[in-house]
Amino acid sequence: MKNSAFLKGMAHGIPIALGYLSVSFGFGIMAVKAGLSVLESTFISLTNLTSAGQAAGVDVIASGGTLAEMALVQLTINIRYALMGLSLSQKLDKNFTFPHRMAAAFGITDEIFGVCAAQKEPLTPLYMYGMILISMAGWTAGTFLGAFAGQLLPAPVSAALGIVLYGMFLAIIVPPSRKEKSVLCVVLTAALLSVLCKYLLPKLSGGFAVILCAVSASVLGALLFPRKEESA
Amino acid sequence: MSIAVYILVMAGVTYLIRAIPFGFFRKKINSVFLRSFLYYIPYAVLSAMTIPAIFYSTGNLVTAAAGTIIALILAFFELPLIVVALSASLAAFVTGLFL
Repeated sequence: MKNSAFLKGMAHGIPIALGYLSVSFGFGIMAVKAGLSVLESTFISLTNLTSAGQAAGVDVIASGGTLAEMALVQLTINIRYALMGLSLSQKLDKNFTFPHRMAAAFGITDEIFGVCAAQKEPLTPLYMYGMILISMAGWTAGTFLGAFAGQLLPAPVSAALGIVLYGMFLAIIVPPSRKEKSVLCVVLTAALLSVLCKYLLPKLSGGFAVILCAVSASVLGALLFPRKEESA
Repeated sequence: MSIAVYILVMAGVTYLIRAIPFGFFRKKINSVFLRSFLYYIPYAVLSAMTIPAIFYSTGNLVTAAAGTIIALILAFFELPLIVVALSASLAAFVTGLFL
């Protein structure tokens, strides 16, 4: 029975892993272009398992930012995982002891959260481990291949792959913006501020610019469009 | 500064964000403002990271714009993440062939 939970988690994780494989290929190319080695790029994916945070982290490294900036950038971009962890913590099986929680926490991503949150029955550690393991394999392998083969690919191909990660970001923000005016307003405000930062404050580093724009736009959103009832 | 130190800070902060609430907290956040803020923040972050950076992502404004338009259209019709992402790239590549 124990193995079946693990295998079920792996099976549910296959689409995630395939998606990660191609998106992280783009990350690998991006990281190498920013001056990181193949090993460093792959190690980032192995230890972080997150897309937006890694992309922003590479920007901080490339621009020679401070460690405080790095920490603050990761905190801002990844704070959503805290909320997801909070939500998942409500539906854990009794087998989920503290050490298991601390281990499985590593694998909370948007996609893994989405699939786990959609499960009817309580989550077991083995189920989550199966899903996390296969997703990590896809994410790390894709990064390695992108970082390694990205240099061997013809220049136009590798240039075109630079847009993959941003394409995925658009795929995340456009559908809710279409359905909710509040999200659309926040997204457009953040984009506008980001453009202003880029051209009016060119000395402001990318990481801090993202924090400034995102926090301002979200505070505005929370003040103008408070959400009455929303399951976290 | 050594890149390994950057990566360590990056991974450590990211892990703690995930582990602290998942490992310890059981309560619900009640502040409407805070809940709303936390709801909007991921979208705001992704938007600020994407605009205007996406237009520089291929090293050519025209191919990047083509990829962006295709991504916006496909995302509007809610195609899967991976389809949107790879189509944007394909559009940028194909546009590059004509330049």
